[in-house]
Amino acid sequence: MQNRRIRWHIAVFLAPAVLVYTAVMIFPLFNTLRLALYSKVDQERVFVGLTNFRTLFLDPIWSEQFWNALGNNFWFFIIHMLVQNPIGIALAAILSHPRLRFAALYRSAIFIPTILSFVIVGFAWKLILSPIWGIAPSMLDAVGLKSLFAPWLGKEEYALTTLALISVWQFVGIPMMLIYAALLSIPEEILEAGEVDGITGMASFWKIKLPLILPSIGIISILTFVGNFNAFDLIYAAQGALAGPDFSTDILGTFMYRTFFGFQLQLGDPHMGSAIAGAMFAIILVGVCIYLFGIQTRMRRYQL
Amino acid sequence: MKRKVLKLALASTTLIATSAFAQDVTLTIESWRNDDLALWQEKIIPAFEAENPGIKVNFTPSAPAEYNAVLNSKLDAGSAGDLITCRPFDASLALFEAGHLTDLDDMEAMSNFSDVAKSAWQTDDGSASFCVPMASVIHGFIYNKDAFEELGIDEPTTEAEFFAALDKIKEDGTYIPMAMGTNDQWEAATMGYNNIGPNYWKGEEGRRALIAGEQKLTDADWVAPYATLAKWGAYLGDGYEAQTYPDSQNIFTLGRAAIYPAGSWEISGFNTQADFEMGAFKPPVQNAGDTCYISDHTDIGIGMNAASKNPDAARTFLAWVASPEFATIFGNALPGFFPLSKTPVELDDPLAKEFVSWRGECESTIRSTYQILSRGTPNLENETWGASVAAIKGTSTPEELGAKLQEGLASWYEPQQ
Repeated sequence: MQNRRIRWHIAVFLAPAVLVYTAVMIFPLFNTLRLALYSKVDQERVFVGLTNFRTLFLDPIWSEQFWNALGNNFWFFIIHMLVQNPIGIALAAILSHPRLRFAALYRSAIFIPTILSFVIVGFAWKLILSPIWGIAPSMLDAVGLKSLFAPWLGKEEYALTTLALISVWQFVGIPMMLIYAALLSIPEEILEAGEVDGITGMASFWKIKLPLILPSIGIISILTFVGNFNAFDLIYAAQGALAGPDFSTDILGTFMYRTFFGFQLQLGDPHMGSAIAGAMFAIILVGVCIYLFGIQTRMRRYQL
Repeated sequence: MKRKVLKLALASTTLIATSAFAQDVTLTIESWRNDDLALWQEKIIPAFEAENPGIKVNFTPSAPAEYNAVLNSKLDAGSAGDLITCRPFDASLALFEAGHLTDLDDMEAMSNFSDVAKSAWQTDDGSASFCVPMASVIHGFIYNKDAFEELGIDEPTTEAEFFAALDKIKEDGTYIPMAMGTNDQWEAATMGYNNIGPNYWKGEEGRRALIAGEQKLTDADWVAPYATLAKWGAYLGDGYEAQTYPDSQNIFTLGRAAIYPAGSWEISGFNTQADFEMGAFKPPVQNAGDTCYISDHTDIGIGMNAASKNPDAARTFLAWVASPEFATIFGNALPGFFPLSKTPVELDDPLAKEFVSWRGECESTIRSTYQILSRGTPNLENETWGASVAAIKGTSTPEELGAKLQEGLASWYEPQQ
């Protein structure tokens, strides 16, 4: 009988967080999904079911933009996975080396861009790379490589990669910090035991440390995935809502913004905008589920 | 409890008092012209407040690129200002249809404007006007007079002369022939395509025919401007692909470029920035003696928020905006924004005078994509930005661009199907 007493205190302690989270996250999320099922006809909001999604995926005008944005988004994500995370891991491995001097200085210096505003980062890099006032062309000129310079942000073929690398520069501190923390939590005894067995130097990183930080790498990957598919700010700050040149840097975030709020003579359409937001939500949800059920449950964990 | 009742009673009497004596009403103006903040605060608003004691005016602009989105959110949330600066055509028409703007047809002062001036802020059938026209902007080319003298170049009037001048500047190498970038995209369409285009499609004649469905974007008159733009690429500075709009303005006002494809709105900014003498020439015609056409685009109007709490004061302000007095202050305070009222305004600025003088020599038209044609998806104006950039960069041929635009327009616009 004693056990079945209702434990009110649990509800009381949970309530503030649940209420705030519901008000600012869950309600808007479901309301956006609901909005995607409506359309505006003659100033009236009409329920149209899945028509907006049908337009988004089947109408050639919309679907072309959608797939372009999604493709760009994947490229943005791939660059982060291939450049940001390996560099972050490498930096963490170097920083955790016991004989490295000024480790704290490097750590802060590499982490600082992360706390900068997107607008500042976008603006600063635009100036650095500007063919007119930027220091990039003159620096390349100084080492005799001027011919390698191109107006990267203005060329269809380079713009998205350039922006992805700028974003990598900004956020490389995050995987570095997480991995660094994971590396520090590896007990000395294990490494010493490895040394006794003849595993030293690089081998100790590949054979002992890497398997132990694999769960952290998994978390970083999923954070990168969610962050990249929600990205918007940097592209908007650097290239504007039209994500030029010729939509080559258009990602789901900018596509959604342009549709939802309108742009120049294009009027905003909150319903189609919500449909795009719904699609973004679904993509992120699927990605996270694949990770949670497909990868994380199979990951081998070690008792330290 | 008693005290509360007393307070309420006091509060309600003050409310009644304010409405009875109309004491110090504050009007807030929504605008995208953050460049003009100083002019409004120092010249326009004091002039109005001096004449209308009891009404205070607050000018609260937001960034041009965000204005439409910001304004729509504010209107939906009920927090927008009393007076709303109106974008031309559909953006404002949508606001009117959604009930956010008041019908101003009953205002006497509206008779100070011609039908053409009012057309940008009317319903399609012309039955209701919802914004007082404030100003139009004229397109053309501003040039560095010192550079032209140095190189012995005269103002070009035909296209052949125009490109000959560009060749000469390029050969000399002192100046970048033309300051324009394609990074922000809109300059290519606004200062490129819609600047030189009217000479090809014969201004209003072509524009109206396109709306009526009698001409197509694949017709020679609409494709040829892209072919001309394709020749521009060679004369823009190094790395123009990543050159932004402010970059172009700075390059020109620093005296590094000779010609700037312009809209007249640049005049006041350039006057303060540039320390050389500037001149202006209108878009060159194809053959000497051809009729010239200029883009004299109705650009700014001002209307009243239907949810305004001070409708009377707002109407007083709008009536003042429609008066010749405002036109004189505005036209001279902001050289390059030309008042639209019927009474002609005497302008002092030489560059602005040059621009406005073209109204007498050429046929006026407005930008081709603004009225009706940018109502659907894909949006013709946005598509024209991309197409103009592609033409300049040479990534697509003019014919491909015309075909693509026509396909997009025909997909939703019935007269073109």
